[in-house]
Amino acid sequence: MGDPRARGRFGEYGGRYAPESLVEACREVDEAFREARADPGFRGALAELLALHAGRPTPLTPARRLSQELGVRLYLKREDLTHTGSHKINNVLGQALLAARMGRRRLIAETGAGQHGVATATAAALLGLEATVFMGERDIERQALNVFRMRMLGAEVIPVTTGSRTLKDATSEAMRHWVGVTGDSHYCVGSVIGPDPYPWMVREFQRVIGDEARGQCAAELRTGVPDHVVACVGGGSNAAGTFAGFADTSARFVGVEAEGGAGAARGRLGVLHGCRSLFLQDDDGQIVEAHSIAAGLDYPGVGPEHAHLRDLGRARYVTVTDDEAVGAAVRLARTEGIVPALESAHALAWVIRAAGGGDLPAGSTVLMTLSGRGDKDISTLKELV
Amino acid sequence: MTNILAPGAVERHLRARRDTGRGLLMPYVTGGVTPGWTRYLKAFVEAGADAIELGLPFSDPTLDGATIQQASDTALARGASTRRILADLAEVRDLGVPLVASTYYNLVLHDGPEAFCAALRRAGVSGLIVPDLPVHEADEMTDVAAAAGVELVLLASPATPRERLEEISRRSRGFVYAVSLMGTTGERAALAASAAELTARIRRGTDRPVLLGFGISTPDQAREAGRYADGVVVGAAVMRRVLDGAGPDDLRAFLATLRRALDQE
Repeated sequence: MGDPRARGRFGEYGGRYAPESLVEACREVDEAFREARADPGFRGALAELLALHAGRPTPLTPARRLSQELGVRLYLKREDLTHTGSHKINNVLGQALLAARMGRRRLIAETGAGQHGVATATAAALLGLEATVFMGERDIERQALNVFRMRMLGAEVIPVTTGSRTLKDATSEAMRHWVGVTGDSHYCVGSVIGPDPYPWMVREFQRVIGDEARGQCAAELRTGVPDHVVACVGGGSNAAGTFAGFADTSARFVGVEAEGGAGAARGRLGVLHGCRSLFLQDDDGQIVEAHSIAAGLDYPGVGPEHAHLRDLGRARYVTVTDDEAVGAAVRLARTEGIVPALESAHALAWVIRAAGGGDLPAGSTVLMTLSGRGDKDISTLKELV
Repeated sequence: MTNILAPGAVERHLRARRDTGRGLLMPYVTGGVTPGWTRYLKAFVEAGADAIELGLPFSDPTLDGATIQQASDTALARGASTRRILADLAEVRDLGVPLVASTYYNLVLHDGPEAFCAALRRAGVSGLIVPDLPVHEADEMTDVAAAAGVELVLLASPATPRERLEEISRRSRGFVYAVSLMGTTGERAALAASAAELTARIRRGTDRPVLLGFGISTPDQAREAGRYADGVVVGAAVMRRVLDGAGPDDLRAFLATLRRALDQE
C-alpha cells in the first residue's frame, strides 16, 4: 500500500478521470501534498492538531465480554472517541491544513450522513476557513441534527435536489461547484475516492489509524500482530487507513460492505467521480443507487485501492444486511457499553457471524476499527430496537 | 490499414465548410429525450447545422449543469440507453452532416472501448466526445477509436497549461472542443472573457477546427464567438427549449437565428 506515483494507479484502478477543467487543480493538490508530507513543519502541525484538537491517539479497547461469547479475541480501535465522533476528522484536519498552506480560503465537501460535513465544518472553523457542504435533500431530512451542527460551526449547507438526492449526487454537485472556484477553494473529498491524488492522499491521512493500532497491537498482543484486521467499507477510508498500518504483516484483511452498497463485492469496472474502480451498474452501464441503513455506506462504488486489494487477494470483501448491523450494534451496546455507528456495526456483524467458523476460527485475534459512535443513528435505532 | 494521422470524415467535413468562410454550428440533443427525438436531428440540419452532438445519457453527468442533467434524467426515465438510441438512428440515415456522440467514460468502459466504438460506427456516428476522459487517460481509446473510424474529440479548458494544450491540439481528432469557461454546461448571460483567450491559445498550436462550447445560448453570443472560433456548440439552450415542450419546428426556428448570426460574421 505505497505511493501510486505519477499515473495515480493502484493496479488498473484509480487514475485522474477528471474533466479537463479540474485536471490542473488536481495536479496542484498532488504537488502540494507531496511537498507537505515531506515537510517536518507540516507533519508536526498536523500531529499537534490530531493530538490537541481531535484527541489522538485513540485507545485500543479489548472487547472482553463479547470476546468471551464469540470465542475470539476482539480488539476495537476506538475512532468513535475522536472529536466529532468518527475517523473523518483525521483526513479533514490534514486536508484543511493543506488547503491553508495552498492559500485557499474555503473548503468544499460532500457529505452523506453528515459526519464528513461536520468534520469539515469543524476543521474550517478551527483554521479560519469558510466551508460549503453539499448534502442530498433526502440525507438532510434524515440527518437534521448534523445539518444543524454544521450550520452552528459556520458552514454553508447546500441541499442537492438532483438524482437520488443522497451521497452520490452530493459528490457530483461538489465536483461541479469546484470547477468554478478552483482558484480559491479546496475540494476536501471525504473518502478514498475521486481523481488522483485523492484516494492516495486520503488514505495517507487515515493511516494514523493503522499506524497507531500497529504499535498498540505490538504492545498488547502476545503475537504482536492480529490474525485478522476488519473494517467497514463504503468508499473505504477507515479500512484503507487501518489496512495501511498492517500492509507488511501476515494479518488477513476483511472489508465489510453493506448488502445494498457492495461496490467491491459486486461492482463492475467503471469510472465515476474521477476514478476508475468498481461500481454498481445496471445492464446499460448506468450507476445504480445504493441502499443501506448506514448512510456512510450508501455509496455505489468503492475506492480504487480496495478494488486492487480485492484483485490481488490481499483483502477480501464481504457483505452484511441492515438487520445484521442493527443486531451487532445492540450486542456491542449490551456487552461492552459502546453504541457504535451503524457503519461500524457492519464490521462487527461480520465478526459475529464468522466467529468460530472457517473464516474466523475460535481463538483468533481480531482487530476491528470502530469507525464512529452511534449518536447520529439513535433516531434510526429507536424505530428498530 | 487506415492512416490514423489523416483527417477523418468529421474533420474533413468541418474544414471544408470552414474554408468557405462559414461559421460552424453544432447543436446538441440528448438521445431519447422525447418519443420522436430523431426528428430534432433533421430539424437541426434544415436550420443549417454543420455537425450534431448526440448526447448518450448517463446517470451521473458530473460536468453538466441543471438543464442537461434534467434532459439526461428525462431520457433515462423514458428507458433510453446507448443501444436503443443508436438503434433509433436507423430512422435518419444520410443526414448530410456528421454525428458526434458525447457521453461519460463509464458507458464506454461498460461495453469496452472497441465494442463501443464499433457500435457507434455501425449506427453512422463518426465522432466521440468524452468529457471525463482527459488527454492523459486517453491512450486506451485513441487507437481503438481511430481503427473503428471514430474521431475522438478532446476538450481544452481555460485552466489547461501551454504544453498540455499543445498535446490536446495534436491528439484531438475531428476538431478541438474549447470549453469557454471554468464551469459546467448551461446557459449564461454573456460569453466569458476566457473564451477568446483560450481559442487564441489553441490556434497557436493547430489549424484543426476549434469549436467553442459551454454557455453559448443566444445569436449575439454566437456572433461574438464566431469572430475568433471556427464555430459554436449549443447544448443547454436547445435542451431547455426541448424540455419546455418545443418541437422540431420550434428548434429549427431557434437554430436559424444562430445560423444567421454566424453567417453575418
